[in-house]
Amino acid sequence: MSIRGDLVAPVPPGPLEDKWDNHRFSIKLVNPANKRRFEIIVVGTGLAGASAAATLGELGYNVKVITFHDSPRRAHSIAAQGGINAAKNYKNDGDSVYRLFYDTIKGGDYRAREANVYRLAQISVDIIDQCVAQGVPFAREYGGLLDNRSFGGAQVSRTFYARGQTGQQLLLGAYQALMRQVHLGTVTLIPRTEMLDLVVKDGRAAGVVCRDLNTGEIYSLSGHAVVLATGGYGNVFFLSTNAKNSNVTAAWRAAKKGAYFANPCYTQIHPTCIPASDDFQSKLTLMSESLRNDGRIWVPKQIDDPRSPDQIPEDERDYYLERRYPAFGNLVPRDVASRAAKREVDAGRGVGPLKNGVYLDFSDAIRRLGRNVIEERYGNLFEMYERITGEDPYVVPMRIYPAVHYTMGGLWVDYNLMSNLPGLFVLGEANFSDHGANRLGASALMQGLADGYFVIPYTIGDYLAPMLGERPVPVDDPVFREAEQAVSDLTRRLLSINGKRTVDDIHRELGKVLWDNCGMARSEQSLQKALAEIPAIREEFWKNVRVLGGDETRNQALEKAGRVADFLEFGELMCIDALHRNESCGGHFREEYQTEDGEALRDDENFAYVAAWEFTGTGEQPKLHREALEFEYVKPSTRSYK
Amino acid sequence: MSDKQMRITLTAWRQDGPDAPGRFETYDVPGVSPDMSFLEMLDVVNERLQREGKEPIAFDHDCREGICGSCGMMINGQAHGPERGTATCQLHMRKFRDGDHVTIEPWRAAAFPVIRDLIVDRTALDRIIESGGYISAPTGGAPDANLIPIPKPVADAAMDAAACIGCGACVAACPNGAAQLFTAAKVQHLNLLPQGQAERWDRTINMVETMEEYFGSCTLHRECEAACPKSISIDFIALMNRDYAKAQLAQRRLVGQTFP
Repeated sequence: MSIRGDLVAPVPPGPLEDKWDNHRFSIKLVNPANKRRFEIIVVGTGLAGASAAATLGELGYNVKVITFHDSPRRAHSIAAQGGINAAKNYKNDGDSVYRLFYDTIKGGDYRAREANVYRLAQISVDIIDQCVAQGVPFAREYGGLLDNRSFGGAQVSRTFYARGQTGQQLLLGAYQALMRQVHLGTVTLIPRTEMLDLVVKDGRAAGVVCRDLNTGEIYSLSGHAVVLATGGYGNVFFLSTNAKNSNVTAAWRAAKKGAYFANPCYTQIHPTCIPASDDFQSKLTLMSESLRNDGRIWVPKQIDDPRSPDQIPEDERDYYLERRYPAFGNLVPRDVASRAAKREVDAGRGVGPLKNGVYLDFSDAIRRLGRNVIEERYGNLFEMYERITGEDPYVVPMRIYPAVHYTMGGLWVDYNLMSNLPGLFVLGEANFSDHGANRLGASALMQGLADGYFVIPYTIGDYLAPMLGERPVPVDDPVFREAEQAVSDLTRRLLSINGKRTVDDIHRELGKVLWDNCGMARSEQSLQKALAEIPAIREEFWKNVRVLGGDETRNQALEKAGRVADFLEFGELMCIDALHRNESCGGHFREEYQTEDGEALRDDENFAYVAAWEFTGTGEQPKLHREALEFEYVKPSTRSYK
Repeated sequence: MSDKQMRITLTAWRQDGPDAPGRFETYDVPGVSPDMSFLEMLDVVNERLQREGKEPIAFDHDCREGICGSCGMMINGQAHGPERGTATCQLHMRKFRDGDHVTIEPWRAAAFPVIRDLIVDRTALDRIIESGGYISAPTGGAPDANLIPIPKPVADAAMDAAACIGCGACVAACPNGAAQLFTAAKVQHLNLLPQGQAERWDRTINMVETMEEYFGSCTLHRECEAACPKSISIDFIALMNRDYAKAQLAQRRLVGQTFP
């Protein structure tokens, strides 16, 4: 391959399976008695942030952890339903660390770093052990051993689950471990507080500027290292399955201070969400992908078929995933399933009042296994579906359609999960590292916990050890004072515009432009269109947004305004990245680059690299840095799930 | 799905800050679709208020999937409103009728002071967890996950308790402002599991006593169970009370040798 990258992430030497062990031996350690002399700031308390803060606290570091929620237990990791992957091979069905590694690299369409992904697969088994020790009530077989299920993109059953609430149970495990450290005094918890800037001194991360959401007070925290675990940016589309408060602000403000933002165009569109029902829709709801284990996806063969599903005979239904992908059937990876659904709906075979969905039908499974088995597996999901749509999925097939769900892109990090700014570490969905251009189901929980429990506790020591004896930069240093001033100025500016449009109104407009032009399918033309429109929306925002109230009490509109201001800048970068990547891979599907039967067409010759963008100014063309991806073990091939 | 639109009257508690006096304000809300969630209805009201130059109604919310536990308000005097086993964000307007008068207030409980409008401070629940709602299992060194088989009914019962989302509806619904259901759910999630045995008695005492510092006492009204969006059973309160009594009665230093 001919790609020369200017950005290098040193990967440890040795065979793939020894790299992490070798690395752990070669990196520097901080002696237990010295750990308390280091201050670490963790931002975010989802799986990655809570597990990192808890573990760093256990090790003896002085940790401050901030969250904009009222309690660490509320982060959006909690909403993950389906499960967490681990290469335990408890099912004796041919799984192994290498197979999980292979599936993840292939599922990511050959756009992830091999060494990181292998480490993730190795650590996966420790995560399950750790969570069980904490009391996470995973599903069990009658003999008392752990149960597993299969998930999209894999041909083995390696997914551990706790009903349809796996994310909740894993997050509560991490939250409980965190609260134990709060009780022991190693971690200081700072809730209802938002990070609004990263402070950099002499090229190193020195701390953050935050705002107390209840009082509006703006102040700084300084530390030897800053760990961002602030999640993904799916809400740039306005409608997504993300929680309403999820945002890109912490990551984007770090990017504006010099951290590179990698692969922002890799966004995952989840295939099984409840279709939108009207303009007032505030968010989309995901139905776990695990439903595809037992549900069969179909559309009527006839265009605009007016009949109800029970009136459509078997031979007039098209089980299009089973037909097109016989080997994986309904369990093809998310990107493939999403595009296939779009193709059917675009062709006029969509179902439901707005013709914007496809059926996910459990009648075969109910006949085969009995209603009680289906209830056991998916009961809470069926209830949730009925609550939202008013339809009973035991009787009427579910209607589903893809929606923005997860973002593979994020701040660029090296093997130690440190960004290009020394001292700034990025974990979980906020970094770009392990999923390439497409994430497999049940792998987000795995990555968040791997980063927090088992990677950062080792790698942060390598950065900190040489700083022994140094004090953190004091918060009255001019770098902190200037950053605080900038944050106050921005707040005042937002409150002073007093235009005519609400923040949500403008956010919706941005989201629609991005969904239409940089969503499930993109083209040069659509991206050029978006790039022409976004600056105009941004200008409209700064001229005409209306944010009422003051900055000394709780002001949710003000919080939202700051986040949307960042989305308006970040959305542009996403389109720039999508436009520059003249290939289709994973979640990035460029209409110009597809095979004859509509599959993604990769261009390894020219694009087997990580695109890491350096901010150069709002509205300015960012600077591209390339990290070449080398595949020593898994040779890139065309993904086939047929 | 329905095309029929409803018109409701909404009366909301407005309070500008923790120390500001509160008041009720009433809004006419036309154009409500039965497919809207309750919070989407509030979004529509808030958009209109802002266009009219009035500050929106502040309320906590996040996932809107009934799992994060952020949202919650008294709706016509009921915690999370009229639908059983449903958090406010999952309540849909099809549960109301055209012409209904709907009153919303923040959680009512001395332990949950109002921050603004419908937002309350639930830190006291975190204090209970902090006092012992965990198994001390520092990262690393855990044995293989399948080493301890856990009978399925035990794992299922622990999961029933662990389903708690920490929203605080149980406290708000209780005439005494007690947090027994919340506390029992966490105590019993951990006490039922083999991994939770080592700290069982200390956990129970610490959590119950911390609970009592902040919250009222349980007199078995069962309002909590009715209001719980996850329908957590008050049986767990009975189990917690049993464990609390045992922990109190036994000489705890010897318990390690005789229990369970």
